[in-house]
Amino acid sequence: MNSLLATYANVIGEDIVDHLTQLSRPLRGMKVVHVNSTRQGGGVAEILNWLIPLQRELGMEAHWEVIQGQNEFYQCTKQFHNALQGNAAIINQVSLKEYEQTNCQFAEKHGALLQDADVVFIHDPQPAASIKYFPKRKGKWIWRCHVDASHPYRPVWRYLSKIVSDFDASIFSLADFSQMLPHPVYLIPPSIDPLSEKNVELSEDEIRNVCLQHNIDPKRPIMLQVSRFDRFKDPLGVIEAYRLATAFIPTLQLVLAGSGADDDPEGAVVLAEVQTAAREDADIHILLLPPDAHRTINALQRAADFVLQKSLKEGFGLTVAEAMWKAKPVIGGDTGGIRLQIIDHHTGFLVNSPEGAALRIRYLLHHRQHLLEMGAKAREFVRQNFLITRHLREYLTLMVGLVHQAEYSHG
Amino acid sequence: MSEIKELKDMDKKTNMDGYSKVAPFVIRDCALSAIATGLRAQNLRELRDALVTVHGGSIYYHFWGGLLRPGFDDPEFNNDFASWIHHRLHDAKLAEQIGVIDPASFSDMEELRRELIDVIEKRLDETEFLSWAPRDRQFHFIRAQTVVFDTNHFIQRPPELANIISSLSLGSIYYHVIDARRRSPQAIDDFRAWLMLFGDEFADLYSRLAQLDPYFVSLIELREQFTAIFKEYFTGSRA
Repeated sequence: MNSLLATYANVIGEDIVDHLTQLSRPLRGMKVVHVNSTRQGGGVAEILNWLIPLQRELGMEAHWEVIQGQNEFYQCTKQFHNALQGNAAIINQVSLKEYEQTNCQFAEKHGALLQDADVVFIHDPQPAASIKYFPKRKGKWIWRCHVDASHPYRPVWRYLSKIVSDFDASIFSLADFSQMLPHPVYLIPPSIDPLSEKNVELSEDEIRNVCLQHNIDPKRPIMLQVSRFDRFKDPLGVIEAYRLATAFIPTLQLVLAGSGADDDPEGAVVLAEVQTAAREDADIHILLLPPDAHRTINALQRAADFVLQKSLKEGFGLTVAEAMWKAKPVIGGDTGGIRLQIIDHHTGFLVNSPEGAALRIRYLLHHRQHLLEMGAKAREFVRQNFLITRHLREYLTLMVGLVHQAEYSHG
Repeated sequence: MSEIKELKDMDKKTNMDGYSKVAPFVIRDCALSAIATGLRAQNLRELRDALVTVHGGSIYYHFWGGLLRPGFDDPEFNNDFASWIHHRLHDAKLAEQIGVIDPASFSDMEELRRELIDVIEKRLDETEFLSWAPRDRQFHFIRAQTVVFDTNHFIQRPPELANIISSLSLGSIYYHVIDARRRSPQAIDDFRAWLMLFGDEFADLYSRLAQLDPYFVSLIELREQFTAIFKEYFTGSRA
């Protein structure tokens, strides 16, 4: 077996890797191109960093190209991004012209590769307009929308939907996030990488040291929420739930870990509110961590007895799957993709209020055996459903279905 | 799959035991892609209206697709319609009536569609006021595209079934047991269809397999049940 796949087989099981190898046979030798707008930073780049090598190991000729433009281009695509998620965005003609011009230049530069590719994945709106420069393209072009586009800002969506309608298929993370388009709309949830810094196994010493560095007592119960300081993540609700629970479990500690909010004025306000709410309680630890503190987050998730993701509104919320992979039950807000990850009473609890969260906190800490069982179930659930191998399988299935036509399909 | 012998390695002398007249059982695997249909419902009437027009593949997906989706071995309801009606419309009675529908007992999707619509319309006739699901809890009609692929593994002789089934992937179990019923004119799984080719020799085994109810168990349990029957039949031992 190939080296990268062999490494994954050690973690997730050989059967799953066998399945991928068999499924990918009809795709061997195919030229597959992914296009996005950045090689580093952000969820899309993170996905492509593992997807490309794995596709290569499975015998495909996988390429990754990045569209780059001037400031006006990024202003425009940032507005697209906001508009897809429902925020009003005014985009002037100059910006749109720059967007189309940048896509035209990209198409010229990579013309031969894109023209001859068997499958082209265009990630998000930034490179989407390049499709119109390939009227005689050879392969299948697929638009992958990584954001919740369920309630887009209509004027912008009218413009974008004309562009993405030309694709052969599109992919959204959930049915709830999708838009109807005149081609098959595939549903593929995101995933986590068990070998990344965020999720790799750590030694007990390392976990303990991270706790001690942040004045957290590893011998007392720890509950953790990892999130930006954002109202939709409800950090104040988490503190309230903690307070309600500590009336019964006084040894409990709360860790709120997130990255800095320098570039987000509202984030700074929320952080100040959280700090005020936590004042004088030495057992509430507010940790402002650098954006690349993946290993620290990993250690905190492993140190925690259970994890919260008490969001009021959420996209997919992959921190839930990250915690579950570490065999931690998660108490999560009953919203968005959290619902797909937390199977209520099996891998954690879905809650709608601080009171609901407090009730579940008390339950878990008073039923240690059940907490462990739920954690084990949570890990297995992630192994089956939210690891990159499942994600890869769904990409492969889609590709076989589109390129070779499925042996049959139900409609 | 270590216990499964590849065809090229098989001893061609198996002809001697009389099984050679029947072609080997070709082990296949499958994976499903979920595709949004764009149809959604927020109350029972909308659900009924969508059921009238939605592609049969979507009804299939919401009855059977759960077996290959995130879920647990002991789901409260075996189809997505019943679960949504219970949890989002809070109509416990109708959820029970829809939940008990066994898709395996219908000869095709159109019959199953008719049954669903009948049960829902009867309930609508009894209902004064419609319950509405929250906006973010609508029922989304999804359909499946199934990709089938060869594993390059074969079963030459029925006794091999005793050791092979436990090593099959869940995708293979789905394809050969669940999906097979839709493909087969007799609506039976592929293992029984293959055993039938040997005449009456495996009639007893066939009837034992016929008693399995694939709808109310998970694929893992189904695999265990098949394994147990084959092991007991061919080796006399329990799995």
